[in-house]
Amino acid sequence: MTASEPRFEATLDPDALESLLARIDPDGVDFDGLRLEPAGGGEYDLVTPETTRRAVSPADLADAEPPVPAYLTNWRYWQDVGGEGTARRAFLRWCERAPRPEPETETETTPRDDREPLPVPERYAALEDGIDREWGQLRITPRLADDPETASGERVYDLTHRVDAGRDPADLEIQDEPRDARRIATEDGDGRYRPLKTAPTLVSGWAFVGLSGAELVETVDTFYPATIANWHRELRGDLDVDHWRETADRQTGMYADVADLPRETVEWMAEACCVDSQCLKRREWEYAPDDELEVEGGDGPFPCREPCSLVVAAARTWTDLEQEPERTYELELTPSEVRQLEALIDAVAEGRTDEIREADVADGANRYRARYLRAKRFDEDGLDVREVSTAETDGESGE
Amino acid sequence: MQALVVAAHGSHLNPDASDPAYAHADAVRERGAFDEVREAFWKEEPHFREVLRTLESDEVFVVPLFISEGYFTERVIPRELRLEGWEPDLWDSDGTSATHATLEAEDVGKTVHYCGPVGTHDAMTDVIVRRAESVTGDPEVGEGFGLAVVGHGTERNENSAKAIEYHADRVRDRERFDEVRALFMDEEPEVDDVTDYFESRDVVLVPLFVADGYHTREDIPEDVGLTDDYRRGWDVPADVDGHRVWYAGAVGTEGLLADVLLERAIDAGADVDVDIDAAVDPDSTAEGAGTPPESEPESGKERTLEAGGGET
Ligand code: SF4
Repeated sequence: MTASEPRFEATLDPDALESLLARIDPDGVDFDGLRLEPAGGGEYDLVTPETTRRAVSPADLADAEPPVPAYLTNWRYWQDVGGEGTARRAFLRWCERAPRPEPETETETTPRDDREPLPVPERYAALEDGIDREWGQLRITPRLADDPETASGERVYDLTHRVDAGRDPADLEIQDEPRDARRIATEDGDGRYRPLKTAPTLVSGWAFVGLSGAELVETVDTFYPATIANWHRELRGDLDVDHWRETADRQTGMYADVADLPRETVEWMAEACCVDSQCLKRREWEYAPDDELEVEGGDGPFPCREPCSLVVAAARTWTDLEQEPERTYELELTPSEVRQLEALIDAVAEGRTDEIREADVADGANRYRARYLRAKRFDEDGLDVREVSTAETDGESGE
Repeated sequence: MQALVVAAHGSHLNPDASDPAYAHADAVRERGAFDEVREAFWKEEPHFREVLRTLESDEVFVVPLFISEGYFTERVIPRELRLEGWEPDLWDSDGTSATHATLEAEDVGKTVHYCGPVGTHDAMTDVIVRRAESVTGDPEVGEGFGLAVVGHGTERNENSAKAIEYHADRVRDRERFDEVRALFMDEEPEVDDVTDYFESRDVVLVPLFVADGYHTREDIPEDVGLTDDYRRGWDVPADVDGHRVWYAGAVGTEGLLADVLLERAIDAGADVDVDIDAAVDPDSTAEGAGTPPESEPESGKERTLEAGGGET
């Protein structure tokens, strides 16, 4: 099949048409630009943005010129998807840039789709080759099924890592079923466990091909759990955000103390953990409902509605650490060594240590440079520093 | 539509901690007993907090993959699921007798049948016995054998010990094994002294833990004397003070546990049309979660896990 012969033209066979007509209820159809109303005597009034035809017989419908078959099979497909009002349906429609259902609750803060919705004829033309959408590091490609057995207008969905967009599918490892996503999502490229599913460390090189809509949703939900549900809530204007204070106050047991974390440290924590380079969720939680954090929440399509378990667990460590009073220390460093400390911290914070070349001793975070600094400035107790002031709250350990 | 949610601890540090939850959920999925089956976690995703909104079903059966009633099952899970009006009294339990309570989840308006943990269900006794059968390779094992059910003890709460004793009593009542004991890691009678508590030459040790982790792969094997260094592994059976100790690994990795999940949901009113006994493959164990006895357990990195995360 070539791209110049849209496949929907040829495939509205009599059986498909019969099953379509059987579904039309007495009130007719009004869906995605198609209006079809029973006109009595087994005939129908047909209206699309392109065509108006009164009292059409089923035989005429079967022979209708494009894009009428596209409208008809589009309606049928979405009837089969079902799930009116569910996140699953809304997500599948987003995937192919179908119009949103009802923007009834749309407000200033409802996230905009970065792509315009496509009317049916344009959408079908685009679905011939597949429509690409990005969801975090995932690339989702709905397309018209090329299996002649499936009803015309049936969609299937391909799913890959977005960096594999241009790659020959033969180079990718084809996966069998949605739960294969679990294994792919478990470790990063260095074989380290990924406790945060939305960390931007998903490995590439795999592909899910020809998934059904339900399978696609299951697979995406395995890679990025609950992102579809929360995205949908946000779309409908009922995302229930729990800000830091509410989340912290709810904790009990070993996490009860995180409620003591000072406000400014919550700011640092969000900068450390939640920015796009660390997590693809768009942070919507703030310190408190009327007390926003300064750090950017990110640009991802799916929201983060409350501090996750990883951040709460890390907060517990910071709660302990931040209880220590500050002190003043004295140590000898050259100006370059100060720069080098900065370079070391930066390299670790940006996860860059693996990229520093073995012999690149000009880079302060180079291993030889770090070993040299340790040889020079550490004694058996570590860094050779002297405490010159002791915090008033802590009178015991001064010199 | 009805859904089953398997609520487990999970871990930020150890990917294996969630294997049993996935394996048992998959086993339930394959039987097609529920319209939807989901895993949910305290330390992984989807979190308890967000699992219900991923379901289209209006009726949800939540079964904690935990060994005992206590902090997690009574406080953390119901709070995070936002079960309106929950209090532990609704279970009307003596510490091992919770069945379920039916509540509404505030954020999603779904009906949630919140079940007691798998660990205290009567069917768990069968799982313990099955574990003894599989580790000895003898479906008739019993005569001439002692069996020890091993647990944490009071580390978190007294119900933890109660669950161990409950099943030890039930195994004993079957009069299948010559001797049956409940042993603990952090209280008397201690598992370290296992050979003092048995006269039988052969003793099967079944740890009542959900997942294999440092307690089951490191502490118990060394404390019992199966090995000097868990990294080198141990024999099954291992000779300890003239006894032959058959160490089974965490009971939570036993394939039969999927049935306990189903039983919990059925007890809570789930409309499930499966023949539980016929559906079980007697040789199955939770894939990837069992520790082959001769294998070398992993390094001790996970020791830094907070509060024994993943082993509950
Ligand atoms: S709290 Fe931060 S790190 Fe955790 S999921 Fe949300 S944005 Fe990501």
